[in-house]
Amino acid sequence: MTYDIKFFRYNEHSILIKWPPLIDVNILNDILEFKNRLQKKFNKQKLEVISSYNSILIVYNYTIDKFNDEISGLKVLYNEESAINFITFSTWEIPVCYNSTYGVDLEDYSKQKKLSPTDVIALHSRPVYTVYFIGFLPGFLYLGGLDKQLYHNRKTTPSRALKKGSVAIGGQQTGIYPQDSPGGWHVIGSTPISMFNSRKSTPCFIKPGDKLKFRSIDNIEYEQLAIESQKANFELKPISEDA
Amino acid sequence: MLKVLEPGFFTTIQDNGRFQYRDIGVPVSGAMDGYSSQFANVILGNTSDMAVLEITMVGPKLQFLKPTFIVISGAQMQPKLNGKRIEHNMMVQVRPNDILSFGKLESGFRAYLAIKGGFKTEVVLGSRSMYVPVTDKDRVKAGDILNYKPFEFKISAKNAALNYRTSVIGSNELQVFKGPEYGLLNSNIKEKLENISFKVSSLNNRMAYQMESVLINDLDTILTGPVLPGTVQLTPSGKLIILMRDCQTTGGYPRVLQLTHSSINVLSQKFSGNDIKFRLGE
Repeated sequence: MTYDIKFFRYNEHSILIKWPPLIDVNILNDILEFKNRLQKKFNKQKLEVISSYNSILIVYNYTIDKFNDEISGLKVLYNEESAINFITFSTWEIPVCYNSTYGVDLEDYSKQKKLSPTDVIALHSRPVYTVYFIGFLPGFLYLGGLDKQLYHNRKTTPSRALKKGSVAIGGQQTGIYPQDSPGGWHVIGSTPISMFNSRKSTPCFIKPGDKLKFRSIDNIEYEQLAIESQKANFELKPISEDA
Repeated sequence: MLKVLEPGFFTTIQDNGRFQYRDIGVPVSGAMDGYSSQFANVILGNTSDMAVLEITMVGPKLQFLKPTFIVISGAQMQPKLNGKRIEHNMMVQVRPNDILSFGKLESGFRAYLAIKGGFKTEVVLGSRSMYVPVTDKDRVKAGDILNYKPFEFKISAKNAALNYRTSVIGSNELQVFKGPEYGLLNSNIKEKLENISFKVSSLNNRMAYQMESVLINDLDTILTGPVLPGTVQLTPSGKLIILMRDCQTTGGYPRVLQLTHSSINVLSQKFSGNDIKFRLGE
């Protein structure tokens, strides 16, 4: 653990730790490794850890009386030489139907980007994306790895409601809307897979550090998967798992 | 059991919130004014995390089908049992078919109805707090039946000597800490944050309270990072947004101030047009 990290008192019972402000896989790995150490050291009921691109917020379930002591303890934990804990990360394949029915903006977006819809689909479904963290909405993944050729400013008026399952591009990011939501992103397709279900023991099957690929599917497969994924015992399986 | 005859403006089931799911983007939720909801529970001898009804601005009309005891706390909305006024922060016995109704909002914005043993609605991800899509409903509707355990034996109020801290309703001062991006602010904004009053805009709900006043701001957005209820964000257009209990778990606006726990309770009793001031502590 080698970064110069900074500690801040966030409120009576929370401490924020900041890494350098970059979207970087090495920083992500360092954050996830430290998050893992924290969760091993503390009883799960004692704290919650919220991570993002370059920070961790530790929310204790009690008021911290001596912040400096608590921060010193966290620094020691960060700098401890210990065997690296191997966390298992999975790679997921998310089926997406890219066409003008599900991807309501696919044609406009392609025109604006001076690409053919086929090129957009190929460029979007080629990379292996990294899941940096989950935020904004329950089950909304912050993905890194969008091809630069697909970067496109958000729409200026984000009034329109995006449908659950929409796969969209906004700025330098791509994402999947886990529920109906207003948004200013360009919708290029849709997945029939639910990204969040509060009734399942694991409400969100993807975790930070996992990898993700999009696979282009046609209408028929979309409809079949839409029915299949409604079944109570449906579970998407990862395509690989690595330590 | 209790039957909702009229739902009021926005009435929800809330407890102390939903913990351990924020890293998958699930808001913490819970009673907006946690002080008043817990106070009502304590008078009944309930544990402080039992589910209550959070009543916003206009009260519901409710019919109790089984005997129990209730306490009302928080905003003053002229509560009446079978048409007769009842006191706040006092245990009241209710009998089958009694009807609880409310009148005009006199002070505050959110009232709490606690019931002996708590409301026994569905627990999803460790909490009864309503939040779609975690729970199916975002508020109670006319005709809804809310379960509770009947309680008919005479009991005496617990902790009756406790005094309700009225400043949660009356105060307009919010105690704040410096937020993680406070240091990036120019001295003009820092001075304004400490010295001027801010008016609550009509954009206020369980997710966030936006202020009307606009500050001249030169600060850009930040790399998206974690936020909490009580985080005061400054948008590039110079608006202040104070996040509340149903807020997102992450955000991209600079986090300039952070409300203390008790100040979140104070703010949740405010509505459009009310003035607030920040008091910066260490």
